[in-house]
Amino acid sequence: MTVQGIILSPDLDDDRTWRIGDYVKRGGYDALKKIIADKMPADQIIGEVKKSALRGRGGAGFPTGLKWSFMPRAFPGAKYLACNSDEGEPGTFKDRDILRYNPHTVIEGMIIAGYAMGCERGYNYIHGEIFEVYERFEEALQEARDAGLLGKNILGSDFSFELYAHHGYGAYICGEETALLESIEGKKGQPRFKPPFPASFGLYGKPTTINNTETFASIPFIIREGGDAFLALGKPNNGGTKLFSVSGHVNRPGNFEIPLGTPFSTLLEMAGGVRGGRKLKAVIPGGSSAPVLPGSVMMDCTMDYDSISKAGSMLGSGAVIVMDESTCMVKALERLSYFYFEESCGQCTPCREGTGWLYRVVHRIENGLGRPDDLDLLNSVTTNIMGRTICALGDAASMPVQSFVKHFGEEFAFHIEHKKCLVPKDVQHEGSKIYVA
Amino acid sequence: MLSPESLKKIDREIAKYPPDQKQSASMSALRIAQEERGWLANETIEFVAEYLGMPAIAVYEVASFYNMYDLAPVGAKKIVVCTNLPCALSGGVHAAEYIKKKLGIDFNETTADGLFTLKEGECMGACGDAPVLLVNNHQMCSWMTEEKIDQLLADLKK
Amino acid sequence: MLDIEIDGKQLQVSDGITVMEAANQVGAYVPHFCYHKKLSIAANCRMCLVQVEKAPKPLPACATPVTNGMKVWTHSEQAVKAQKGVMEFLLINHPLDCPICDQGGECQLQDLSVGYGGAQSRYQEEKRVVSNKDLGPLVSTDMTRCINCTRCVRFTTEIAGLMELGQAFRGEHAEIMPFVEKTVDTELSGNIIDLCPVGALTSKPFRFAARAWEMSRRKSVSPHDSLGSNLVVQVKHDTVKRVLPLENEEINECWLSDKDRFSYEALNGAERLTRPMVKQGNSWIETEWSVALEYVANGLKSIVAEHGADSIGALASPHATSEELYLTQSLIRGLGSGNVDFRLRQTDFSLDERLTGAPWLGMSVANIGTLDRVLIIGSFFRKDHPLIAQRVRQAVKKGMKVSAINPAFDDWQLPIANKLVVSPDQMSRRLLGILKALSDQKGVEVSSVFGEALADAVIDDGVLAVAGSLASGRRVAVWLGNFAIQHGNASDIHLLAHEISRVSGARFGFLGEAANSVGGYLAGAVPFGKLKGKNASEMLSTALKAYLLLNVEPELDCASGFAAVETIAKADMVAVFSAFKSKAALDYADVLLPISPFTETAGTFVNCEGRAQSFYPVVKSLGDSRPGWKVIRVLGEMLGLAGFALDSIEEVRKASFGGQSSVDESKLNNTVSREGAFVSSVATQGLQRVADIPIYFCDPVVRRSSSLQATKDASEPVARMNRRSLTQHGVEAGTRVRVSTGRGQAVVLAVEDEGVADGCVRLAGAHLLTAHLGTLNGEVSVERL
Ligand SMILES: Cc1cc2nc3c(=O)[nH]c(=O)nc-3n(C[C@H](O)[C@H](O)[C@H](O)COP(=O)(O)O)c2cc1C
Ligand code: SF4
Ligand code: FES
Repeated sequence: MTVQGIILSPDLDDDRTWRIGDYVKRGGYDALKKIIADKMPADQIIGEVKKSALRGRGGAGFPTGLKWSFMPRAFPGAKYLACNSDEGEPGTFKDRDILRYNPHTVIEGMIIAGYAMGCERGYNYIHGEIFEVYERFEEALQEARDAGLLGKNILGSDFSFELYAHHGYGAYICGEETALLESIEGKKGQPRFKPPFPASFGLYGKPTTINNTETFASIPFIIREGGDAFLALGKPNNGGTKLFSVSGHVNRPGNFEIPLGTPFSTLLEMAGGVRGGRKLKAVIPGGSSAPVLPGSVMMDCTMDYDSISKAGSMLGSGAVIVMDESTCMVKALERLSYFYFEESCGQCTPCREGTGWLYRVVHRIENGLGRPDDLDLLNSVTTNIMGRTICALGDAASMPVQSFVKHFGEEFAFHIEHKKCLVPKDVQHEGSKIYVA
Repeated sequence: MLSPESLKKIDREIAKYPPDQKQSASMSALRIAQEERGWLANETIEFVAEYLGMPAIAVYEVASFYNMYDLAPVGAKKIVVCTNLPCALSGGVHAAEYIKKKLGIDFNETTADGLFTLKEGECMGACGDAPVLLVNNHQMCSWMTEEKIDQLLADLKK
Repeated sequence: MLDIEIDGKQLQVSDGITVMEAANQVGAYVPHFCYHKKLSIAANCRMCLVQVEKAPKPLPACATPVTNGMKVWTHSEQAVKAQKGVMEFLLINHPLDCPICDQGGECQLQDLSVGYGGAQSRYQEEKRVVSNKDLGPLVSTDMTRCINCTRCVRFTTEIAGLMELGQAFRGEHAEIMPFVEKTVDTELSGNIIDLCPVGALTSKPFRFAARAWEMSRRKSVSPHDSLGSNLVVQVKHDTVKRVLPLENEEINECWLSDKDRFSYEALNGAERLTRPMVKQGNSWIETEWSVALEYVANGLKSIVAEHGADSIGALASPHATSEELYLTQSLIRGLGSGNVDFRLRQTDFSLDERLTGAPWLGMSVANIGTLDRVLIIGSFFRKDHPLIAQRVRQAVKKGMKVSAINPAFDDWQLPIANKLVVSPDQMSRRLLGILKALSDQKGVEVSSVFGEALADAVIDDGVLAVAGSLASGRRVAVWLGNFAIQHGNASDIHLLAHEISRVSGARFGFLGEAANSVGGYLAGAVPFGKLKGKNASEMLSTALKAYLLLNVEPELDCASGFAAVETIAKADMVAVFSAFKSKAALDYADVLLPISPFTETAGTFVNCEGRAQSFYPVVKSLGDSRPGWKVIRVLGEMLGLAGFALDSIEEVRKASFGGQSSVDESKLNNTVSREGAFVSSVATQGLQRVADIPIYFCDPVVRRSSSLQATKDASEPVARMNRRSLTQHGVEAGTRVRVSTGRGQAVVLAVEDEGVADGCVRLAGAHLLTAHLGTLNGEVSVERL
């Protein structure tokens, strides 16, 4: 983190700064205290969030304020809140850092959300592979409880809210919000068909709102400083700062919290530029599910929902995977396709059967067994998957294939024709060896 | 079948959920059981099922769905290396190759002394730290250069 | 109501239904695999994608709710393209082995692939192979063919009530399986064969027996439990090859219990009796019908002449048809005797004279789903009435509260709100308690008949909870189960249950022991009414001179087991009308008359709700066997009795139902005429036996179905006691024990079972191992071996 952000900043990178004492010193829980003291009406909170133009940081970019307003107000009985920290989208590693270095901002954000939507209970679903983060989060929760900020009668008010951590155990699909709910219910994480949407039938069949970790982490600032202040950090329709996880062929991979609308070139520079001074070849701008873009196209983009979308991809989770000229695009796609094949939940036909098919064809091409009509086949199979599955994993598996073939078709054709990579193996090898800045 | 400490841990997890939703603790109960037993034998799964009042097959569904549960015995130290694209671009595959060479085993194999099992993993949400690997599900190791891998393996052997 | 349009047709549909349901209403077929009208919606196969106006992508018809003004195209270009795309995915890993697949010819995948499949597969990679699973003796697997529609999983969870199958692993590795090394043990398991749209789950007994198109399909009615499930019997070369459900929403819906489905195996079995036989000296010789009938006719005549008509009697099976039962009692009465009964496991007949009609369910089966409170008294409900239990299971999900009082429970796989586990001798006192509590809560006076007995009432929390539950209901029923009917003081229970239902404003009914438990009464196969006589119990306690046994194997079908056989063996003549040859019968019988089982005869069963269901033969009679009604009719004529000149089954039916061919509803009545005070019976001191009649022991046909006999439900009887009783009687679970009554003993394994009431040992009846005990009820002693 090289920039002073509202969620993360370099000086938080410490074993102590995550604790509640430090957080409070930084103005933490002021937003919550303000709400409680002012008995702020729920509508006003949701209004601020709407004003901020905060869009969901989990991938889909759905306006958060609008989502919150979908929760039924007068619902009798339990309502739930869930935080999606099941960060598993290849290239994304921002939520882990938020939970490691600033867990209380997520807790505060969730308490505020619970207050605004009248939820009695929340769960933070934490990615399986980051057990140490889960343990820290549990500790942070205890700190909050001990401080009277969580649990019964928060800060002496009549508002009560329970918050727990639920630990995943290795399934990318649980990042999909309804799979996440199934998983909290103690089942395998198979997405539910929608409608009904979680806002009417969510956790345990009760109204539920799910937001990403970073989304919740943005809330305290919005309430403390006002929605307008947040919006002003970014640009219209793209409020605030956003964390970008930059990985791959850069000199300084890491998370960078920058205002939405910052040029990609600036972000690339912050990450130390392309490794070894090599030429930028391609960038996946929003996590592995987002369509890949040629480096030249990316260099003209700014990092916000609208610009990236115009360029034909998605800002997604803000995971920027940088690939330089030493990358074999077929091999890169082969690895991603394998990922979706492995992670398909197996529930619906097009995804269960199609992801394996895609992977096998790409694998064949990479291994010199491609056939002339394979590229048409890949396009056709992806078309048959997209839009026909229960959840968006089918689309997520298809978009890389379509975009890789679209932008780097010659490289695929070369493989099929010459039964080998366009980029020599030793160049590839050199380009992706162990690199620690 | 499980130790009182493990049962206590499971009870703590159960308490996180509404009283009529005990089964929500199935994932953590399996994790805790696996920590104690090393892997999830059918009896262990059945025990967890009974403890939570679930059909055994429902718990088996969970145990077989999530990657980090082991339904077969693994070495005392299970090492999972992420080779997904972002990591692969920064040496993830090389790190895995290096470990394979050092341990003389391939993915999904266990060393003859029963000490190490090596597996290929999917994105661990730590791509900026590549190469990354996970030891026994819970300990993440970042920026694993060859030297650091040597050091880690030496430490784990102790 | 919403206005929508499907394929250009305008229609009005009710709010809340899905596009699939709406499409069904206009007869538009939407291809599908995972959707099933009785199961929850999974929307996982994606075959039912249809085009919906304004939707950017095709939507699954099965899961998409209709909205007002919606326009749907089920076969537009967009829809068909999507459907074809899904079909291709379904086929890439599906083996193309239709020629050797048992599902061939009746496979939804095969059928649909004709319309939606491509000519040649574009998938040229290796196909997935999935290992087969052992699901038990009834269902065979070929899991490579599975398309993961999860119908079977949802069936076990939702309909059978226990998740016995799951989808383990994920993605392409997803597999349908039971928990490792477990089998599918529900008594409804065969339905997953019907549900499976491909050949992954097929019938084990039927395997490779015939191809679907080679068999003719004929309607029939199940001869087993009191529901009277409707059947499609599939026949090839005059042999029953398979039995499937005939959908009847008012009875069995689209389901069958395994008993109904697989019992047909017995029909072609080695024990079929196919020739009339007479005993000469000590050996049996096969003979002609005329000779055998002559023998019986002459025997009866001379015995009547010598010992009086009262020395002859008939015991008939409650699984016999109304026509057979009617003719049997006509024959006995024609000869001047009233000794006829079909209530073979009943021992308390003291209400016989006070019955005002045939005991029945007191309501229609279809209405069970509308009840909100039920009290079930004395029943092994789930196993005795698998599909009625299934209806209750669904009703419970909609809010029905079930109370039950029984001396032993196994898992009914449905939540029981109030469960009273009470030893048989305490049941009356608890029912008195419920009655008293109810009367207090409802402010309805209990009939003075119960005045003194109410002093014995046991009032405890359990009783109060049951009373509270009944009192709070709007549509309540009180049902007596088979155990209650077979109880040593069945009349007490009957009277109390009747009064409880009166006080609570409930419907009162009998679940019914067998296929024709109502029909037997209507046919007059009971020793009261026109000409009184001895009941089953009396006929079996002092020997008569002649017995006619209609489809009865006394050692297993009668309450007194081998004691019944001993009595019968003393007679001068025992004529057995049966489809099967049993070892015991070869000893005690003098003549064996092969009569046809249900598939080879015409007849009628009156089910528990009083519905008469007639059926016709689906195959020719095996060997020389003949329909029972014809045999008895001829016998009647040979005896020169009046009323036997009946030429067709229809005439017999008319005669038996009193002029009509269906049940006169006024003859169904559970009311007991009131006379005398109610005196509740005394409690016993010792260990009491609780005899269940396991689902696959209960009648001669199921006992001979080899596949059913291989299931867990058919395992040999064990002595089940709770931990306290085990300790009290010094018995260790897992060891062999001797259970004895005054009449005989049985050596069985002792098993701990917390579902059994204190002071009781649950030990199944209707089995050779326990038939020597000579009674189903009463005190027993248990000793270690
Ligand atoms: C296959 C798949 C994986 C996803 N993974 C994540 C994830 O790891 N984290 C996340 O926040 N959202 C993920 N999402 C998006 C969530 O479904 C959901 O949109 C999000 O959590 C909502 O939060 P937001 O509105 O704050 O973004 C995923 C979606 C899909 C289809
Ligand atoms: S698209 Fe894939 S991951 Fe999503 S529900 Fe279908 S099978 Fe599961
Ligand atoms: S029938 Fe609709 S998705 Fe299967």
